[in-house]
Amino acid sequence: MDGLTALDLARLQFTFTVSFHIVFPAFSIGLASYLAVLEGLWLYTGRDVFMQAFRFWVKIFAVAFGMGVVSGVVMSYQFGTNWSVFSDRAGPVIGPLMGYEVLTAFFLEAGFLGVMLFGMNRVGRGLHFLATLLVAFGTLLSAFWILSVNSWMQTPAGYAMNEAGQYVPADWWQVIFNPSFPYRLVHMTLAAYLTTSFAVGAVGARHLLRDSSDPVARVMFSMAMWMAIAVAPLQVVVGDLHGLNTVEHQPAKIAAMEGHYETRAGAPLHLIGWPDSDAAETRYAISIPKAGSLILQHDPDARVLGLDNWPREDWPNVPLVFWSFRLMVGIGLAMVTIGVWSFVQRLRGRLYDARGLQRAAVWMGPSGFVAVLAGWIVTEVGRQPYTLYGLLRTADSASPVDTPAVGASLVAFIVIYTLVFGIGIYYALRLMGQTPAAVPVPDTEAGEAPGLGFTGIGRHSSQRQGVRGGRPLPQRPAAPTGGGRSDPERRRREEP
Amino acid sequence: MFDLAFVWATLIAVAVLAYVLLDGFDLGIGILFPLWGDDDEQTLAMSSIAPVWDGNQTWLVLGGGGLLAVFPLAYAIILPALYAPIFGMLLALVLRGVAFEFRGRTERRYLWNASFFVGSLVAALCQGITLGALLQGIPVEGRAYAGGWWDWLTPFSVVTGLALAAGYSMLGATWLVLKTTGALQARARRYARIAGAATLVLIGVFSLWTPLLQPEYMQRWFSWPAMLYVAPVPVLVLLCGAGLFTSLARGRELAPFLYAQGLFVLCYIGLGISFWPYIVPPSVSIREAAAPDSSLAFILVGALILLPLILGYTTYSYWVFRGKVRPGEGYH
Ligand code: HDD
Ligand code: HEM
Ligand code: HEM
Repeated sequence: MDGLTALDLARLQFTFTVSFHIVFPAFSIGLASYLAVLEGLWLYTGRDVFMQAFRFWVKIFAVAFGMGVVSGVVMSYQFGTNWSVFSDRAGPVIGPLMGYEVLTAFFLEAGFLGVMLFGMNRVGRGLHFLATLLVAFGTLLSAFWILSVNSWMQTPAGYAMNEAGQYVPADWWQVIFNPSFPYRLVHMTLAAYLTTSFAVGAVGARHLLRDSSDPVARVMFSMAMWMAIAVAPLQVVVGDLHGLNTVEHQPAKIAAMEGHYETRAGAPLHLIGWPDSDAAETRYAISIPKAGSLILQHDPDARVLGLDNWPREDWPNVPLVFWSFRLMVGIGLAMVTIGVWSFVQRLRGRLYDARGLQRAAVWMGPSGFVAVLAGWIVTEVGRQPYTLYGLLRTADSASPVDTPAVGASLVAFIVIYTLVFGIGIYYALRLMGQTPAAVPVPDTEAGEAPGLGFTGIGRHSSQRQGVRGGRPLPQRPAAPTGGGRSDPERRRREEP
Repeated sequence: MFDLAFVWATLIAVAVLAYVLLDGFDLGIGILFPLWGDDDEQTLAMSSIAPVWDGNQTWLVLGGGGLLAVFPLAYAIILPALYAPIFGMLLALVLRGVAFEFRGRTERRYLWNASFFVGSLVAALCQGITLGALLQGIPVEGRAYAGGWWDWLTPFSVVTGLALAAGYSMLGATWLVLKTTGALQARARRYARIAGAATLVLIGVFSLWTPLLQPEYMQRWFSWPAMLYVAPVPVLVLLCGAGLFTSLARGRELAPFLYAQGLFVLCYIGLGISFWPYIVPPSVSIREAAAPDSSLAFILVGALILLPLILGYTTYSYWVFRGKVRPGEGYH
């Protein structure tokens, strides 16, 4: 461990564990809402495809959610084990917010997850749908509170300090709705939805490339591409507003994001380049003159703060912030491109046969996860060297724990997380590879292979599944492949 | 007097008790996992807790998150002091938590059987060790932990670790008596007896050892007339133990589970008597550790509204899955 202090190791450990954690919530927030929509559509239209898509994704959801839960429990204790000074001093403010997260969100998710995954036969459709809705609502509530906490660390407001040196709440409303919170909440929620849409879209596209008539894959792909055209452009706008807000509250972070070392009027926009903090300039930059001022201040001649405005020890890691920001924005623009492209193909009636689009969509499958991680790196590394921006330095936040203890736990995390979550991601990918149309429809006994998490519906179907969506079910043979109806008539009707 | 710090100390204590009572039985099923029989029976044992384990574990998050919210100082002292057992527990909970979903995804179930078993066992041991280390006392200087990173490991904390693992096994076995039939149930009954006996012995060792740790504990338990007030606890423990064995012998299904839970509640009350009025014995009292009233009151309002709701829907989800566990309902 030579050279690495307990502080460095604690930072590495936090970065490692939270980066694993955020990947799963980003997916489970989006998937929970998607599943609620699918189940609602199934109940409303009575069409099997929606239930098949539901059953396809609910198994993947269960895997992702399980990994989100166990990695999250680790996070909630890590504040104490590794950042005890931070916990002591910020606890009176952030603790109650996290407490509300547990009380409003975690119990709700956990309480109804069991019913959602195993309870279809026991509670019937209406209540099952309610359980799905509540799980989805719980994931959003959880995002609300934890993002409030994080935003308060970025832009603290509504606090005072007591004799013991703790930050204490002065005005809860200001604490919760601190200046960066609304932007972060909207941006992160949209990010979760986009991440999920592109993952779902990639799975749909992959199966369409194999068999463009697969009705379930069609539904997935079509829904995902609607999200892409609707949400991706919105995210660009929200991201821009988020950035303008940051100009106001964390200008040093913006200077790092833009690679601006020098305070000047008519600042250029560096498209790419290599920020060199030792030389205090961005080398090899390809820039648009005055565009930096235009974007940040909406005036080409406005004065823009550079990093020279702050002492060197208050600078974050500039290249990391600069490049992570470009990665996220690049992915955002690529998502918009896919959205527009799919919309054009849809108008031309070729959505399901557009192989170029579908191949691109497969490639874009993991892009949301990458953008989420890049975005968080911008936000968190850009906040350095503070944990509480402007108030408490990271170096002063850490626990009095010996270096070997932190080193050992870091190694244990790396080994166990890589193994366990690596295997989990592999299982999830394997589930995504199953043929969607082969997912059994609700009222068939056949095809219910052991090993499926969501087994409630198929198994005891004779008891309750006589009626779907209020209408009597037509008799149909068990169809292990091809799913429900595979006649061309039906297929044509599935096209939106 | 209405003192927010003590109201919250009570609420946190209740959250931790709820955690122990609820996650206790599902950890116990993991600890005894290799003993449940063939693959089908193991599947059945796991299915009996699959819909509820996540909710059970959430009480642990409430205990930890609650501590940060209302006793940030205690949170900031205890967690660094117990660094190794806490991370041991967390990593063990990762291993066992993913087993629920992963086990059904592969032919190589032995992998996740093993991780479920090891994770449950290590989590229980670490929780017990944490408790023992807390009781032993934690040195504090200023507002921070002042000991080394191996201080938690002592013969006493090892005994508390073993005691908790035995107790969880007893809870798990009696839960399966309640939820299953036939050969699996018979097996559960047998292990409930063994684990119950081990638990009672370890409770005895623990109870005699604790007063020796610190003079305050000795006074609390063995001075006159305090002895008179605390005497019902050990007496009730013995009665509960007797109830456990007779109800198992009579083939009852629900009663053993309740007696086992009763044992835990009584031990917990005993612990409360030893701890009082400290939150980090013998250094920090409940009042010293408390966050300002504005924090306590803000979250208390939410807790008073939300906890009844949570209890309501948690009960509902247990009720949905009431009765004997059905084959084919959970994971395979
Ligand atoms: C924007 C969303 C988001 C962010 C930034 C975080 N989480 Fe998270 N977390 C969730 C969204 C979420 C979720 C969607 O609600 C999860 C994922 C799966 C789940 O069960 O809930 C979750 C699970 C989860 C759990 C398990 C809950 C349970 O037992 O059911 C805990 C304890 C935490 N998280 C704690 C944290 C902490 C301490 C974080 C800060 C570093 C954090 N999360 C960041
Ligand atoms: C979930 C998405 C998140 C990601 C990917 C993320 C990422 C990071 C990264 C990369 C660091 C290290 C920065 C550095 O040391 O250079 C960090 C630090 C930190 N983050 Fe976050 N973060 C996330 C959410 C949160 C939230 C929601 C909170 C608060 C509740 C939080 C609290 C902290 C704290 C306390 C540190 C201190 C350690 C440090 O500054 O190094 N993070 N985070
Ligand atoms: C091109 C459009 C985008 C712009 C202009 C943009 C802008 C920003 C800015 C300025 C921040 C940092 C805010 C701060 O810390 O003060 C940020 C953070 C973030 N971005 Fe983006 N973003 C864009 C696209 C995306 C996409 C497509 C995703 C994911 C799918 C994403 C996910 C995130 C996340 C997760 C964070 C961290 C949380 C937060 O601070 O909101 N962004 N974004």
